[in-house]
Amino acid sequence: MKTETIAAIATALSNSGIGIVRISGEEAFDVIRRIFRKKNGEKLDTEQSHRVHYGYVYDGEERLDEVLVLVMKGPHSYTAEDTVEIDCHGGVLMMKRILETVIRNGARAAEPGEFTKRAFLNGRIDLSQAEAVIDVIHAQNDYALKSSVSQLSGSVSEKIKELREKILYEIAFIESALDDPEHISLDGYGEKLGGVLQPLEEKIGRLIASFDNGKVMTEGVKTVILGKPNAGKSSLMNVLLGEERAIVTDVAGTTRDTLEEKLSFGGITLNVVDTAGIRDTEDVVEKIGVDRAKKAALDADLVIYVVDGSRPLDENDADIMDFIRDKKSVLLLNKTDLNTVISAEELEEKSGRRVIPVSAKEELGIELLEEEIKRLFYHGEIRFNDEVTITNVRQKSALEESLKSLQMVDASIADGMPEDFYSIDLMSAYESLGTIIGEAVEDDLVNEIFGKFCMGK
Amino acid sequence: MPYLEESYDAAVVGAGHAGCEAALACARLGLETILFTVSVDSIALMPCNPNIGGSSKGHLVRELDALGGEMGKNIDKTFIQSKMLNESKGPAVHSLRAQADKQDYTREMRKTLENTEHLTIRQAEVSEIIVEDGKLTGVKTFSGAVYHVKAAVLCTGTYLRARCIYGDVSNPTGPNGLQAANHLTDSLKAHGIEMFRFKTGTPARVDKRSIDFSRMEEQFGDKRVVPFSFSTDPESIQKEQASCWLTYTNEETHQIIRDNLDRSPLFSGAIEGTGPRYCPSIEDKVVKFPDKNRHQVFVEPEGLSTNEMYLGGMSSSLPEDVQYAMYRTVPGLEHVRIVRNAYAIEYDCINALQLDASLEFKKIKGLFSGGQFNGSSGYEEAAVQGFMAGVNAAMEILGREPVILDRSQAYIGVLIDDLVTKENHEPYRMMTSRAEYRLLLRQDNADLRLRKIGYEIGLISEEEYQHLLWKEKAIEEEVQRLEQVHIGTGEAVQDFLTQHNSTLLKSGITLAELVKRPELDYFMLTVLDKDRPALPEDVQEQVNINIKYEGYLKRQMQQVAQFKKLENKKIPADFDYSTVNSLRKEAVQKLNQLKPLNIGQASRISGVSPADISVLLVHLEQMRHGHRQKTTV
Repeated sequence: MKTETIAAIATALSNSGIGIVRISGEEAFDVIRRIFRKKNGEKLDTEQSHRVHYGYVYDGEERLDEVLVLVMKGPHSYTAEDTVEIDCHGGVLMMKRILETVIRNGARAAEPGEFTKRAFLNGRIDLSQAEAVIDVIHAQNDYALKSSVSQLSGSVSEKIKELREKILYEIAFIESALDDPEHISLDGYGEKLGGVLQPLEEKIGRLIASFDNGKVMTEGVKTVILGKPNAGKSSLMNVLLGEERAIVTDVAGTTRDTLEEKLSFGGITLNVVDTAGIRDTEDVVEKIGVDRAKKAALDADLVIYVVDGSRPLDENDADIMDFIRDKKSVLLLNKTDLNTVISAEELEEKSGRRVIPVSAKEELGIELLEEEIKRLFYHGEIRFNDEVTITNVRQKSALEESLKSLQMVDASIADGMPEDFYSIDLMSAYESLGTIIGEAVEDDLVNEIFGKFCMGK
Repeated sequence: MPYLEESYDAAVVGAGHAGCEAALACARLGLETILFTVSVDSIALMPCNPNIGGSSKGHLVRELDALGGEMGKNIDKTFIQSKMLNESKGPAVHSLRAQADKQDYTREMRKTLENTEHLTIRQAEVSEIIVEDGKLTGVKTFSGAVYHVKAAVLCTGTYLRARCIYGDVSNPTGPNGLQAANHLTDSLKAHGIEMFRFKTGTPARVDKRSIDFSRMEEQFGDKRVVPFSFSTDPESIQKEQASCWLTYTNEETHQIIRDNLDRSPLFSGAIEGTGPRYCPSIEDKVVKFPDKNRHQVFVEPEGLSTNEMYLGGMSSSLPEDVQYAMYRTVPGLEHVRIVRNAYAIEYDCINALQLDASLEFKKIKGLFSGGQFNGSSGYEEAAVQGFMAGVNAAMEILGREPVILDRSQAYIGVLIDDLVTKENHEPYRMMTSRAEYRLLLRQDNADLRLRKIGYEIGLISEEEYQHLLWKEKAIEEEVQRLEQVHIGTGEAVQDFLTQHNSTLLKSGITLAELVKRPELDYFMLTVLDKDRPALPEDVQEQVNINIKYEGYLKRQMQQVAQFKKLENKKIPADFDYSTVNSLRKEAVQKLNQLKPLNIGQASRISGVSPADISVLLVHLEQMRHGHRQKTTV
């Protein structure tokens, strides 16, 4: 079967400076040769791979755009097929016209995820790497990107393979002892196995824990700023949104009721629930404002509680402090630039939390806030370059399954079950881990993964 | 023109353990069946070990019996010692093994065959298969007689171009000096069948009177014998049993072997066939485990009416003088006299990848095969294949669907799936480790798993089937009762628990909960369980296992459910894998050769990687998608 040649716009469909139209498949070179002319009118020379050519895309006789064309011969391309990328001007209309021209000249529009699917089908990447591509696409800040990239290069696969090898060794040992009891003894094996499983379980546990961090990385931290009117919430918001801390995106596709500002703070994405609504209530009774903010804070990952240091604490403060006791939260003692009537110590004692003195107005103490947020979400432990982070729900639940199975083995050992029972759960653990890297086959998995892709990847 | 022509429904070639089962299955299903053997005196011969069953092989025999085979019944009639192995381990690896009186075993099986309706026994060497348009139509004997048949089952065992070897002695005979079958191979090759050459071996038989048993450990049979056959009344087979004996090789033995390795045909290259890794000769063991300073030797009687003893664990192809020297280093065998030498045997067999899961040749309709001819080793492995090949030959003749067991149903399914799916370069031996779902595939529940299938085939009687239904019900009711009966915290209960080092009760608990405790079981609780109905041993055993290992059983059933999902993803029979360009070349070649029935089977083919399977899944899904779109337009 001949693979069809596919094409899509690979960059965001917005009016950016430059856009890329990507073509992949056996006829990719033919297609580009049909529509591209160099400045001197010559056709494209696709003999040499990984060359950039300057010229124009034509629709028939009409010159559409001035472009750069990158030619990559399979298998040395993302899909491992002949691939062409057309760097054109980024207007939505222009990109669409070029794509239409490409399609009229022999390609068909790619389905979502089809480029990656081909990379997978052609053996360029394994399943966990394919999943990482989704994360790269969706990654919204530096940390997440690094994590996805490291996954893309196969570090999850390596970790998982290592775990599986150890489990498989034990399964093989039990099986060979059952088959050849004369030469391989199982005396005292249960205890030995328990010792082997302990570190494996810890490793899997750490990978699972990294999921929560990973989620924070790719999806961002839902953040609500609480505080009485005039405590300095707006100033804080402005500081966070300040020129140094660029707004990342406007989060297309957010379907939640409240509008969120998405911003990158210290490398972490914060989805700050817009406090404009709460500000509107400032001239009504204070209590109402606090209640509404509390409602928004209910399902937040992080609450930043701003205390006005120039005013004494009242029952509303006590109420908020009580409310945030079980939440990840940061207390800011604001207005340190003024005369404060509350001390940080006093506030720490009342709240049981670490208190960071800041001046939103003077932008003092903000780096301490940044440190504290990182501490809360990464436990100060994650080193982004060498730690494998699991950022995918499917992978996490497979890890949890495998951990559960290993714990069952522990239970069997504790119950003094015969050794042949261990292998049932060891095998389950082995299989669960295998599903993460595509070494164990799940019937519906593959399509599920590729269904999640967006167009052009 | 052939001078003699006869017509039958089915022909079975070979009357070993596979051939007997194949012939009985066909004849009992009402087909006119002719069974060929080179020697009627050696029907169901046991040319190697004098026992039936053992680890995982015992499972095969019980499964065979559940389906309606003969081996279990025959050994129940002729055993002289019986033992349930691995009783200290979990119920999944309990395995029944019985020592047979070899002569009795042969005689009883022959009697059964001779008295089966529709079955004709014929002493003759089949030398040709007759194939027309890809369909088997008959077989021809060396004497030139032609037998027209609708299907044939080849069970030639170790007889095809057989050669027996020890030292530099090489005899062109089958086992025990019996006539080899030297002509069929050529005919098979001429029809495009790919042949392998395998080897196996057997130890010496020695004179009982020359053995000093005082230097060996006596091995007794079980006090209470469990029959192999689900149709045998346990009471009817409790009898006095013969003993086996255990002794060990030592460094002196190993030194003699090492010193003479250059005279072993295995190591000198005189034997070209591939031997079984799991049933190694003593010279293999000495080479493979240089650190072991001793290996077990089981001294087993060949029967009650002979003085010959079998030296289990010491098969060899070393020269006669070396055999004497090495055997005589073993405690108790210092003055041993050999009756028959140990020898290795080489024979032709097929590459079983040419077979479907029904054991029919993919290329020749109506031609089936079973046993060592398919590249397996062991009487039990042979018998189950012979049975399945015979049944499926009969199903084809009768125009019925083939019977195929999968890996989650039976060891038989595992065995056949392995043979027809995985590259096999040595005689295949059944092992518990090969069965992924062995907690469900126990020897004790083979009837519950398979009798219904045997009944549907037509080889299980109405009476046997009704008994099965009764047993299922009895087990279910007793499990329910135990789950409902609460037991209080009375003195008798607490005393009982103290006595068995079990945690005392704070409040009432069901009997089932108590059975689940690792230190207790159903049988121990008899004293506390006042209203317990009188139930047969096998029912009690099922009740105990079902309750006690409930959690494990459930988890294994989940694994089976996962397995079935891939097994149920069928691949179209005419699917051409070379149309999937993203499959690796090796995978395409293997898949096109084997034509797996479903994704599950495809995933087990050696040379097909999980990545290939994912590719296939995506591809099949796309095909299905495309197809659906087409049909809806």
